[in-house]
Amino acid sequence: MLWVDDYRPKTLDGLHYHVGLSQRLKSLAASGDFPHMLFYGPSGAGKKTRIAATLNELFGSGVERIDQRVFLTPSRKKLDVNVVQSNYHIELTPSEVGNYDRVVIQEIIKEIAQTQQVDVSAKHRFKVVVINEADSLSRDAQAALRRTMEKYMSNLRIILCANSTSRLIAPIKSRCLLIRVAAPNHEEMLTVLNHVAKRAGAGSLPEDRADEIISDANGNMRKAILVFEAMKMQSPDLSSSLAIAKPDWETYCYKVGDMIIQEQTPQRVMEVRTKLYELLSHCIPPTIILKTIADRVVQKVDESLKADIMHWAAIYENRMRIGNKKIYHLEAWVVKVMSLYKQFFLGIELGDFDDFI
Amino acid sequence: MATSFFQARAPAKKKSGKEKENVVNPSLQPWVEKYRPETIDDVSSQEHIVSVLRKTLSSSNLPHMLFYGPPGTGKTSTILALARQLFGPDNFRSRVLELNASDERGISIVREKVKNFARQTPRAEAVASDGKKYPCPPYKIIILDEADSMTQDAQAALRRIMENYARITRFCLVCNYVTRIIEPLASRCSKFRFKPLDSSSARQRLEHIALAEKVPVNEDVISALVSTSSGDLRRAVTYLQSAARLSAATEPPSAILPQDIQEIAGVVPDAIIRKLAQTLGVDVTLIGGRDGDVEMGDAASLTVEPDLRGFDLIRETVRSLIREGYSASQVLSQWLKAHSQLHDVIVEHPTLTGRQKSACALVMAEADKALCDGADEELWILEVALRVHKAVTS
Ligand SMILES: Nc1ncnc2c1ncn2[C@@H]1O[C@H](COP(=O)(O)OP(=O)(O)OP(=O)(O)O)[C@@H](O)[C@H]1O
Ligand SMILES: Nc1ncnc2c1ncn2[C@@H]1O[C@H](COP(=O)(O)OP(=O)(O)O)[C@@H](O)[C@H]1O
Ligand SMILES: [Mg+2]
Ligand SMILES: [Mg+2]
Repeated sequence: MLWVDDYRPKTLDGLHYHVGLSQRLKSLAASGDFPHMLFYGPSGAGKKTRIAATLNELFGSGVERIDQRVFLTPSRKKLDVNVVQSNYHIELTPSEVGNYDRVVIQEIIKEIAQTQQVDVSAKHRFKVVVINEADSLSRDAQAALRRTMEKYMSNLRIILCANSTSRLIAPIKSRCLLIRVAAPNHEEMLTVLNHVAKRAGAGSLPEDRADEIISDANGNMRKAILVFEAMKMQSPDLSSSLAIAKPDWETYCYKVGDMIIQEQTPQRVMEVRTKLYELLSHCIPPTIILKTIADRVVQKVDESLKADIMHWAAIYENRMRIGNKKIYHLEAWVVKVMSLYKQFFLGIELGDFDDFI
Repeated sequence: MATSFFQARAPAKKKSGKEKENVVNPSLQPWVEKYRPETIDDVSSQEHIVSVLRKTLSSSNLPHMLFYGPPGTGKTSTILALARQLFGPDNFRSRVLELNASDERGISIVREKVKNFARQTPRAEAVASDGKKYPCPPYKIIILDEADSMTQDAQAALRRIMENYARITRFCLVCNYVTRIIEPLASRCSKFRFKPLDSSSARQRLEHIALAEKVPVNEDVISALVSTSSGDLRRAVTYLQSAARLSAATEPPSAILPQDIQEIAGVVPDAIIRKLAQTLGVDVTLIGGRDGDVEMGDAASLTVEPDLRGFDLIRETVRSLIREGYSASQVLSQWLKAHSQLHDVIVEHPTLTGRQKSACALVMAEADKALCDGADEELWILEVALRVHKAVTS
């Protein structure tokens, strides 16, 4: 198992940072009138860890199983959904089935709402449904949650987990207690890394290595631990720099960024396209590809170009979401950046020329 | 041992069993349910609608109706209260069918379930067991709550049913977006527009609930609730209950502060918005606001290395905002709407030119649209930040 899983805290007391928040969750779990909740915050901030710890506080440590459940659409199409469940909760990611997510929500909720807790030793009368990636739920699926959240309060609590509240409809937000989970700051991340180092018997983590890992992770605790583990594997005495531990796709994206800066020709566009296909075929999300390449490009260009490059990144990322073929928009952005870059140099040359006359 | 999540529960017994199951210990009930209006006279702020509906209680005449308006303004509550007042608890089940977006409502269900219910002759009036007298008019009511999530086909199938059985069945469609209801349906209904609660009605209702629940709240807390919920009473009530829970949950129990409401509502603290404005080159000291200087206390959570400048500084600031978990739409809407925030910071700014101001407004509008389409939040906050920066420094 990976360190991120092995050393993931299991209880609210075991959580490392946002101690005040952990305290409040603890009191809420004890109070009996536990609300529907929406946990939101950036990736790797510890939302899932916190939700699992809260469930543990509510029900004690239960036996969890991973299952595959089959749902039927009204037109009898079969939908497979992976769920994690115990006697007290069920966790699922309805967005796995795209636009059929409404069916999954309707079915799950109905099943739970219409059954009763018979386990007399259960601490609470309700069961909890944890919905991951709630911000990817279709509007229909969100609508299906609305009135249900009011009607079945006696049997059922919903915990939504999302990166942002932007894409959730107002009637859902107004039915939940919103819990913001901010990313850990530098010191907090350092504490967790040192803790993991100790538990894993990895010796002490040199300060400059830790700094490198933390600045690179941008608040994502999962990423930091993954990189730390990779670093330890590659160089057991932790003597070499971060570069060796970076995930391949990231290095690959940087290479693409460099290619764009080196040469701006139709030939180069073709070469970049091949690389983009390669990245997409490894299931790296196109938004991440675009953002990572853009990061590299803005490191390398003149200050006056940076804003424009990010402007077009924003525009093309948006088009990519609406459109069907991701590659078109990625490529269009690459061409745009090349032409901006080229114009910039032409501009300088022409400018010099003006001065000359 | 490890019985399945679902098998661990016996199927609830029909009717009698179910009735009991829905009796919730009132202290564990969400306040929005506990304080849901019982009669139409309990409905705040929608005086015009209530006065029209009150007449239907005595005239036994009811048109098909379409209720529309923003969330938490009393639509579902009003129709449920009206139905209860018309039929009383004993006839409610046989005379009222409530379907909402969590029920399957495709075209086949409309053709079967809805049609079947619509065509039945209303059951004879059962004697009210509570000794009260109810008008119990000779028709049934079908409530289609959240009707804007019904497909066009399903709506089209409703047209005939509505006409054919109008004598014995009245429909009430409830929705947020009236434009999603097809015109032929909408034109068959009397329309009732529910408006966002005005602040004095919302204030009254909240004070009433706080008093009944013995939660000490002061004027400022109520104001914070009213301003963060923008006319959505359910949101205000949920925030109030959450704040009460959390304040009781701290050790020792503490009083509710306006900041607690802001945190629960996901509002970005003023100081952070101002820090952002300052980073972008907007001179915040020039604006008269609640307090002229940026309070560094709150803004300190935006940790940015001190030696950054230009593009890098702006990008790092945006990233730290994202790391804090604030949502882009919230940041923007605060920039756009709320008092003494960036949009106002810009719109009311004494030394910015009209041109600069309109450039800022334009990019905010574009970003709002992009975010609705699901675009990446970090990219778009950065876009807004960079363009505002460019506009105000050029
Ligand atoms: N006008 C009102 N008067 C009194 N209470 C109200 C009013 N509007 C909303 N509420 C409170 O908010 C809760 C939710 O109201 P209701 O279910 O009627 O909203 P809705 O308009 O149907 O919203 P949605 O569009 O989200 O379904 C009620 O239980 C009640 O506590
Ligand atoms: N409070 C915490 N204390 C220590 N480690 C944590 C904490 N929160 C998260 N982690 C570590 O970071 C990893 C990622 O957290 P996770 O909960 O999956 O993030 P999210 O759900 O926000 O994407 C976990 O596997 C765990 O190892
Ligand atoms: Mg409603
Ligand atoms: Mg409602």
